[in-house]
Amino acid sequence: MIEGTSDNFENEVLKAEGLVLVDFNADWCGPCQMMKPVVEAFGEEHKDVKVVSVNIDDEEELSDSYEVSTIPCLVLFKDGKEVAREIGVISPKKLAKMLEK
Amino acid sequence: MQDKIYDVIVIGAGMAGLTAAIYAVRANKKVLVLEGKTHGGQIITTFHIANYPGLPKVSGVDLMNSVYNQAKELGAEIEYAEVMKVKDEGEFESVITEDFEDGSDEGKYLARTVIIATGSSERKLELENEEKLTGRGISYCATCDGGFYKDKPVAVVGGGNTALYDALYLADVASKVYIVHRRNEFRGNAFLVDKLKTKENVEFVLESVTTKLIGEKKIEGLEVENLSHEKRTLTVDGIFVAVGRVPATEIFKDLVELDEGGYVKAGEDCHTSREGVFVAGDCRVKSLRQLVTASSDGAVAATEAVHYLK
Ligand SMILES: Cc1cc2nc3c(=O)[nH]c(=O)nc-3n(C[C@H](O)[C@H](O)[C@H](O)COP(=O)(O)OP(=O)(O)OC[C@H]3O[C@@H](n4cnc5c(N)ncnc54)[C@H](O)[C@@H]3O)c2cc1C
Repeated sequence: MIEGTSDNFENEVLKAEGLVLVDFNADWCGPCQMMKPVVEAFGEEHKDVKVVSVNIDDEEELSDSYEVSTIPCLVLFKDGKEVAREIGVISPKKLAKMLEK
Repeated sequence: MQDKIYDVIVIGAGMAGLTAAIYAVRANKKVLVLEGKTHGGQIITTFHIANYPGLPKVSGVDLMNSVYNQAKELGAEIEYAEVMKVKDEGEFESVITEDFEDGSDEGKYLARTVIIATGSSERKLELENEEKLTGRGISYCATCDGGFYKDKPVAVVGGGNTALYDALYLADVASKVYIVHRRNEFRGNAFLVDKLKTKENVEFVLESVTTKLIGEKKIEGLEVENLSHEKRTLTVDGIFVAVGRVPATEIFKDLVELDEGGYVKAGEDCHTSREGVFVAGDCRVKSLRQLVTASSDGAVAATEAVHYLK
């Protein structure tokens, strides 16, 4: 999983072709810890989707600009544009369903 | 089909459901746990649990991962799919998950016994756009999301201890905290109310109900109405909803008897109104809803199910 920062976000996400899943999370957030293995397994299974993890405490600017106000928050980008968003803990299947949107 | 028949199907992988699974596999039963989200249940948002015997200060995540691993290692199967329906099929109950509804022939399981352990979820305000704005200004967990509102105005809706604790926590983070409560007095602890009264940035908006959420893409405020039908708009960036919890039992209403609050009727033996169907944890009628009582129910329900199978 790539660590997303305000320095690399442009290149890794916004200018990236295809699908990128951004996982906004924090160390102190229990539901985020529960989602982490689910997101990692998703990344293993869907090699065509790049997975980027953003720590909202380190990257306040990024979480602000995407109006993240509840975590865990998963945002799916396609060719740099947001196409789907899910908050809270979700099952692996619901996560995979984001791709259908 | 043979492989989809289970002695015990547990619905919900929180403390009650996972404990039930541990007891049932240890009695050599074939056990499946079905969970709609991640395992762990409502306690995963809690960082320090102070009252779980023997494990002072354990986090909800650590505790529940450890219970989950224990159940798995002992041989319980766990599938992640939301249960949509439980139907009577004579000798068995058929348990139908979201996958089945999606049109696949997967997702239907037959159970000799069922243990309902679906817990509860946050009560909503039931206002227009609430779902759309959840995560965009509406939150049900102050300690999880309070940090996003540093030096911004927020409102807490509710009058119980959760609302009061939320308001206290937020008073130290946010620029302003409105507490919107429909009564004149609080159900919660008087000591918390007194403490809140000492906070300069806290304003009580009493005998008022929330009538409207303001904001299209994110929360910009809320409209409240008092007993004399006067309306007032509070400009806030965040609304913390703390109006209680509701049992996740809607799908069982035709299967077993529920009380007025939606809790599954059963005594301490965890037997529901239907033979072969048991209930454990927060979704059962009971007076104390805690982890220890959830795991206690899990043990009792599984043991009763095992007896029933004999
Ligand atoms: C903020 C907070 C703090 C708390 N602090 C403490 C504390 O310090 N000490 C303490 O002892 N207790 C505490 N509690 C109470 C404790 O969390 C609960 O009593 C306990 O978690 C109940 O466990 P449960 O297994 O009955 O239900 P839950 O934990 O609610 O688990 C139910 C599970 O069932 C799943 N489910 C629901 N419907 C379906 C469906 N249709 N299909 C499949 N799966 C489904 C849910 O996703 C969930 O994972 C706290 C609760 C909260 C909310």
